[in-house]
Order: sequence, then C-alpha cells, then structure tokens
Amino acid sequence: MATSKPLDVIKDDLWKNNPVTIQILGICSTLAVTNIFLNTLIMGLGLTFVTAFSSLTISLMRNIIPQRVRMMVQTLVIASFVVIVDIVLKAYVPDISKALGPYVGLIITNCIIMGRLEAFASSNKPSLAFLDGIMSGVGYMYVLLVISFFRELLGFGTVLGYQVMNPLMHSIGVSEGWIQWSFMIMAPGGFFMLALFIWIANSISMTKITHPQK
Amino acid sequence: MEGLSPWVIFFASIFTGNILLVYFLGMCSFLSVSKQVKTSLGLGLAVVFVLTITSALNYIVYYYILEPLNIEYLRYIAFIIVIASVVQLLEMIIERISETLYINLGIFLPLITVNCAILGVSLFMVIRKYTFIQSVLFGAGSGIGWMLAILAMAGIRARLNEQKIPPALRGPGIALIISGIMAMAFIGFSGIVQIQ
Repeated sequence: MATSKPLDVIKDDLWKNNPVTIQILGICSTLAVTNIFLNTLIMGLGLTFVTAFSSLTISLMRNIIPQRVRMMVQTLVIASFVVIVDIVLKAYVPDISKALGPYVGLIITNCIIMGRLEAFASSNKPSLAFLDGIMSGVGYMYVLLVISFFRELLGFGTVLGYQVMNPLMHSIGVSEGWIQWSFMIMAPGGFFMLALFIWIANSISMTKITHPQK
Repeated sequence: MEGLSPWVIFFASIFTGNILLVYFLGMCSFLSVSKQVKTSLGLGLAVVFVLTITSALNYIVYYYILEPLNIEYLRYIAFIIVIASVVQLLEMIIERISETLYINLGIFLPLITVNCAILGVSLFMVIRKYTFIQSVLFGAGSGIGWMLAILAMAGIRARLNEQKIPPALRGPGIALIISGIMAMAFIGFSGIVQIQ
C-alpha cells in the first residue's frame, strides 16, 4: 500500500473497494438520515471534510505518534474536526443541523474514518492521504445519495423537497396523485434499499470477474 | 422529558425505540459479529454493561462540568474520552477479577469504543433532556435492546448457512434484508409508547 498511485487510490475508493458496498463500514451514522436527500448531502459533505482533514493530520504526524496511544490520538483528531463541522452547521444551516440531531456527532464513531486512518493515512504521504480521505468520503456519499434519492422519491414523492410524483401521476390520469410509501421513510426502508444497492453492485462486479474480457 | 416515568423509557428503548433497528446505531459490529450466538451474547452483555455506566458518567460530565463552564460544544470530545477510559478501565478490572469472564467478555471491550450506539445514547440523552435516573435506565434499556437484536440476528444467521442465497447477496446483503424484516417487526411495537 505504501507506493499507491493517485489514480489507483481514486479507483479503489470509488468502486473496487468502496467503503459501503465492499467493506460495509460506517453505515451506522448515516443510514438514519437517508430519508431526505438534502440532509444526506450535508451529512456526506461533513463526513468527507472530516475524513480528508483527519487523514491529512494523521499522515503528517504519522512518525511522531507512539504506537500505544495511536487509537486515542486518532479519535481525538476526528472528534476535533467533527466539532468544527457541528459548529459550522449550527451557524449556517440551523434547520438541517437540528434535523440531523445526534448523527453529526456520530461521525466520530463512523468506522470509515478510523479504518482509512489505520489502513492508509498512517503509512502514506500527506498528499496521498488527503486524496484518499476525500475519495473515501465521496465513495461513501454517492452510495448514500442514490439511496436517499429513492427513499425521498418513493417516501415523500419529492426530489430535493419539490413535489414531482404528484404532477406525474396526474398527467397519466391518476387523480389521487402519488400515494406515499411511508414504509420507505421508516427504518426498514433504509435497510432494504442498502441491501438492494449492495446486491446490484456485487452482481456487477461479479460478472466482471467471471468475464474479464468484456 | 420530566414527566415520563424512567421505566417507560426503559421499555420504550428496548422495543419501540430500539437503538439498532430504529436509529441504525451500532450497525458495524452488529453486521460483523452476529455470525455466532455465543460471541453475540458476549458482545451484547459487554454493550449493556458499558452503556449503563457511560450514560451515568456522561450525564455527570455534561451537567456538572461542561454546562457550568459553558463549553457544551466540547461534548463530543468529552464523551468519547469518558467512553474510551471506561472501556479501558473495565478491561483491566475484568482481567484482574476473573479469567473466564475476561475470555468471554474482555476481548469484546476494545470493539465497543467504536460502537456508535454508546456515543449515540449519550448524545440522545443530552438532546432529549433526560434526568439522571431516566438516563441510566435509557442506557440500560438501549443496551438490552441492542443485545436482543444481535442475538436474534445471530440465531437467524446460523440457520442461513444451509440456505440457497444468490451469491451476490451473501454476507452483508442478506444480513441487511433480515435486519429490515426485523425492523418491520419492531415497528409493530410502536403503538405502545412513543419516546422522542
């Protein structure tokens, strides 16, 4: 891993070793906010920020951190960046900050960040670690954005808060409009959507392995 | 939250507001450890134990140290330090007291520091403005709820090994679908009592 190229890092984080579909890391804190697209976006950006900068910090300090207190240092670095995110969100988007509730703080225990710090940042150059942090964050975010897009669309009939399903239903002659799948907004919807996503992603990578020429 | 009986919160946090199936907290270890009933039980007990203690300690830290000093925004750092130290301390104590307990419970303790359920319960406690007794019972109830979920999951997964599952869905995929079905079952409880 020590001699990774930037391009490999990007490919790895976005698809081949995607934190959500392959490593199944860090779904704890953010699955809960995927019922509304905008909240997920804000959460994903916050997480990307924290991952990128804590990777950078840990990578800069990688030679001076004693092995024994490594975990503690990493946790404190992550927690400090999460405090920054929390304060910024409270100041600029108070409504969303309230809706996210405790889940912003739970970025600290998101295993993706810790996992990247352990596996990558503590043994790589700062610039590469920073890139890896951003890419892991993005790889994580786009999966959740896909999930939240469908959950919001089916659950509320909206995209980014705009009603789209109702007019669509009216235009094809269904007068009741869109009947909301309240199931999608609740917890089971999140579990099923993520399972579906993993299923599809795994099927695609499996066909690639069995037919490498195509 | 003054008026709510602590026991209502206790039972509500086990069933209607299950920390795992409703709030998605503690998913990582839930998915990775739930392969065997025995290990799930060990981890579950450790979570109950740590959750009860840390929710009490974090209550004291928040209301008697952070709030008087007006540094509530540092709660994430304070909470995580409390949790990490409690886990470390427990590990040492258990190691001294009993070897069998250490083998059964101690090896799971380091895993717990990064279990989001622990930090999540402390954060919920602050947001919902629980009193001390309510917080402790909320912590214990959430821990028991988590243990219940992981035990049920491990029991189901033990049976799954012999079933025909689409290859792409094996492992985490099917585990998530089962959690989804379990979450649906737990929604059935939600008419009984609501805690927000």
